[in-house]
Amino acid sequence: MPLEGPPGDSGDDRGEPPLQERFDATIGRDQRIEPRDWMPDGYRGTLIRQIAQHAHSEIIGMQPEGEWITRAPSLRRKAILFAKVQDEAGHGLYLYSAAETLGADRADLTERLIEGRQKYSSIFNYPTESFADVGVIGWFVDGAAICNQVPLCRSSYGPYARAMVRVCKEESFHQRQGYELLMTMMRGTDAQRAMVQDAVDRWWWPSLMMFGPPDGDSPNSARSMAWKIKRHSNDELRQRFVDMTVPQAERLGVTLPDPDLRWNEERGRHDFGTPDWSELQRVISGDGPCNTARVARRRAAHEDGAWVREAATAHAAKQAARARHGEGAAA
Amino acid sequence: MSDDIDDHVYLSLAEQHDQEGDARWAFGTGFEDPLHGVDTAVPDGVDGAELAAVCLALGDDALVGAQRLAQWCTRAPELEEEVALANIGLDLLGQARLLYARCGQADGTGRGEDAYAYTRDPADFRNVRLAELPDGDFAFCVVRLLVLSTWRLALFGRLASTADPVLAAVAAKGVPELTYHRQYAADWAVRLGDGTDESHRRMRAALADVVPYLDEVLDARPQFAAHADAVRQETLAVLDQVLLAAGLSLPAAPAVPGSGRQGDHTAHLAPLLAELQSVARAHPEATW
Amino acid sequence: MSGGMSGEETGTGTARQDWPLYEVFVRGKRGLNHVHVGSLHAADDTMALTHARDLYTRRNEGVSIWVVRSTHIAASTRDEKDPFFKPSADKVYRHPTFYDIPDDVPHI
Repeated sequence: MPLEGPPGDSGDDRGEPPLQERFDATIGRDQRIEPRDWMPDGYRGTLIRQIAQHAHSEIIGMQPEGEWITRAPSLRRKAILFAKVQDEAGHGLYLYSAAETLGADRADLTERLIEGRQKYSSIFNYPTESFADVGVIGWFVDGAAICNQVPLCRSSYGPYARAMVRVCKEESFHQRQGYELLMTMMRGTDAQRAMVQDAVDRWWWPSLMMFGPPDGDSPNSARSMAWKIKRHSNDELRQRFVDMTVPQAERLGVTLPDPDLRWNEERGRHDFGTPDWSELQRVISGDGPCNTARVARRRAAHEDGAWVREAATAHAAKQAARARHGEGAAA
Repeated sequence: MSDDIDDHVYLSLAEQHDQEGDARWAFGTGFEDPLHGVDTAVPDGVDGAELAAVCLALGDDALVGAQRLAQWCTRAPELEEEVALANIGLDLLGQARLLYARCGQADGTGRGEDAYAYTRDPADFRNVRLAELPDGDFAFCVVRLLVLSTWRLALFGRLASTADPVLAAVAAKGVPELTYHRQYAADWAVRLGDGTDESHRRMRAALADVVPYLDEVLDARPQFAAHADAVRQETLAVLDQVLLAAGLSLPAAPAVPGSGRQGDHTAHLAPLLAELQSVARAHPEATW
Repeated sequence: MSGGMSGEETGTGTARQDWPLYEVFVRGKRGLNHVHVGSLHAADDTMALTHARDLYTRRNEGVSIWVVRSTHIAASTRDEKDPFFKPSADKVYRHPTFYDIPDDVPHI
């Protein structure tokens, strides 16, 4: 059981407030729930699912950009991209670590991922077609991730919130490196500018879908917000992302592919078009351009690595036995 | 803390964590420039062409090695190894960049790092062939890393006091990095050699694949003639020690003739470089 | 090259041979306590230290690392919360603000 393991107790016969009441009061005071606290099964289950999906997204998210590390067109870009993709592995590990404080087991979560029983962000089922995609993923996808994740630093579950602090801190360079790459490319050749615009056109709508279905179609959102697992609605986060991104696009000199995108003076925010939600449903249900390849790659790595993990376990067991034997002989 | 703090994402990152947090959270700060304060003029008494040849060969070993490690990305046997292999790849990439930059100063052309990485043909590369062999399985990865990092550490330890101050500084920076690479490889060599029948069998197969290229690494003249004997002895001694602990030994096998140090390469280098250079060569006028 | 395929001998290749969980504590710099930063999986103590170095100090974060098998940590439980921590709550005289010192007394 992890250090911050699940609680063993549930009974309470000392006249303290009932467990549910104490839990609700902690959430109400905006304090953190910690692993050994009592928590409702639904809270635990929702968190495990959300944190695991988040972790899976980091790990699967290594693939679309990882394909370009070996082809990065300068050594500086190569180092940046290598470090970024490595960070994603690290972030996946921080998140699996948080999920394990709830009693989940990483090997089990990995099995769920490679058997298709647990989801990851639909955005990573789209292909990366040029090096400009590396920049646009940094700008849009990491930008969207930051919008999502910064509020999660105040999530009600302590280990998740702490993992998000670390992830956000480390990811602050991810979006900037993407934008900087795009600025450099926009100052380059016509072909480079065309690559950037093409990548923007392909990634804009999938990025908006990263925030999930519209609030009306997101039945579990309200409960997650009441529990303060989630701090803002899907539509609110999507709006923030659009408002944040539009001036960046203008400064960059690219066009966001939405004819309905315009400033709404009255609301003080941007109006924008409706993403193709049927596409999101298709991609989530496994029918995106790269779903099969992404999961197959993860499964292959896991299965090809089995003999290595087994060997390390066997060696550790032999070492422990040798140490015991040595102690016995000395005694 | 109010919801307003989320409104500007970077602001909120800074406000939430910077003043209160760094020490408590063990976040890193403070990065050092390994060449800070080092005079980059080639000193009197140092032959620019010889210095350039050393930097080029060591840079090519590092770049090609980093490229092979990058090809492991998303395929490692466990997520923790994913992070470890990337750390080693990033160290090597950093070494390559510094060495190429020094090469451009020493050979008088003033070329930058990318000119060496992206515009040369396979025949112009001077890496040892062991570095360019395809990735194979994790046992091969471990054995290759063990050999290359052991040799490179033995050499860098000596180059840290070489006459050229820049190469000396690059080598001094590389010593702790390579010490870690060697430790990582040695730990895994022992685990896999001792672990299961299968891992032992795979280690023996990997050694059989690597040993024909070992002489070329150890005999890496002409660039490294000055330290060749001492470096060879140290490398072999370390390999023996690690393999003994792993229940393995170096098999006898004839060396493959030729040397990457003189431009002889396997058929595997050309596709590796074609991939590495593909985007850069497709857009020769571009800036990245 | 030698293989690279998932071994026939391992059957499905998905046999569950989990590495145990370790908790990681990092000392950010001299003068600070080790801080719990998270967990990871490793087959043994040596590997746990290596993994901790690779995972939790990618940005120059640490000068010292502790790792310990999660199962080896004894932790207070919810039930013990009050007996453990309440008794110190009323010892206000342990805190410097308990004492009333006039503002014009320097350096205290």
